[in-house]
Amino acid sequence: MGNLSNVPLSYYLVLSGILFACGVLGFLIKRNIITVFMSIELMLNGVNLSFVAFAAHWHHLSGQIFVFFVMVVAAAEAAVGLAIIIAVYRTRETLNVDQVNLLKL
Amino acid sequence: MLHLPLFLIFGLICVAGAINLLVQKHPINSALSLVVVMASLAVEYLLLGAEFVAAVQVIVYAGAVMVLFVFTIMLLNAGEEEHTKGSRVALLLGVPGIAIGGVLVSWTVLRHSNTAPVPIGALPGPPKDVALLLFHDFLLPFEITSVLILIAIMGAVVLASRPEAIVRRLRRGEPAQKAQKPEKRELAVVGKER
Repeated sequence: MGNLSNVPLSYYLVLSGILFACGVLGFLIKRNIITVFMSIELMLNGVNLSFVAFAAHWHHLSGQIFVFFVMVVAAAEAAVGLAIIIAVYRTRETLNVDQVNLLKL
Repeated sequence: MLHLPLFLIFGLICVAGAINLLVQKHPINSALSLVVVMASLAVEYLLLGAEFVAAVQVIVYAGAVMVLFVFTIMLLNAGEEEHTKGSRVALLLGVPGIAIGGVLVSWTVLRHSNTAPVPIGALPGPPKDVALLLFHDFLLPFEITSVLILIAIMGAVVLASRPEAIVRRLRRGEPAQKAQKPEKRELAVVGKER
């Protein structure tokens, strides 16, 4: 069963790094608060990929368990974050992060 | 074997989706390209032998979380984003900075790794082993996540509900509820008659 795959670990890490970089870039350049939030999800996905790749590399399933917990926290974060976005939109009627510059209206 | 071509194909789809997420102006297009990224990442997990993670990725991420996103975009009627002075500065500084950072990370990883292949068959990857680990060694964190989810749901309900609507309902108090109850009885009676 040993070397069924011939994909080096570093390829997975590079893909994960590219995804994380795209997430950081989206976080910086996007102005829509929902897209900024999606960039955060993209970063979490990039980290998850490196977790699974290392789990496969070291023959240890703890990495997959951690991915599971990351997903749970991301789901909770998405629920709360989108509720906050709805609340922000209600008070300001805009989704542009540049116009959300006060904690209280 | 077939693994390297599959990895390359779905890796390219993944990166293309991520770049499309950045390029698109409308948030709904970004959300749909994020679905593409997550689905192709699920294939990558399958290639790594992580069947459970791949299934959860499709169900939770590409399913539940993205439905939340699309629902919020539709609810708020989000249009195309407008650019300001700050966003142009972020574009000018961010794109080269992230490009340099990404190339540096990739170069370092490719140079300093022993590029050993990831053996798939050797990993005890089926969901049964994951479940054994999850419900023995990680039982306490697993139970704590249920509390976390519960608190998150309650927080989302509190945050997304209109405070003035709740206050109005509280002020109305008893009469409003009394007024509603007869209606329900009438409806039930009508239902029985039919």
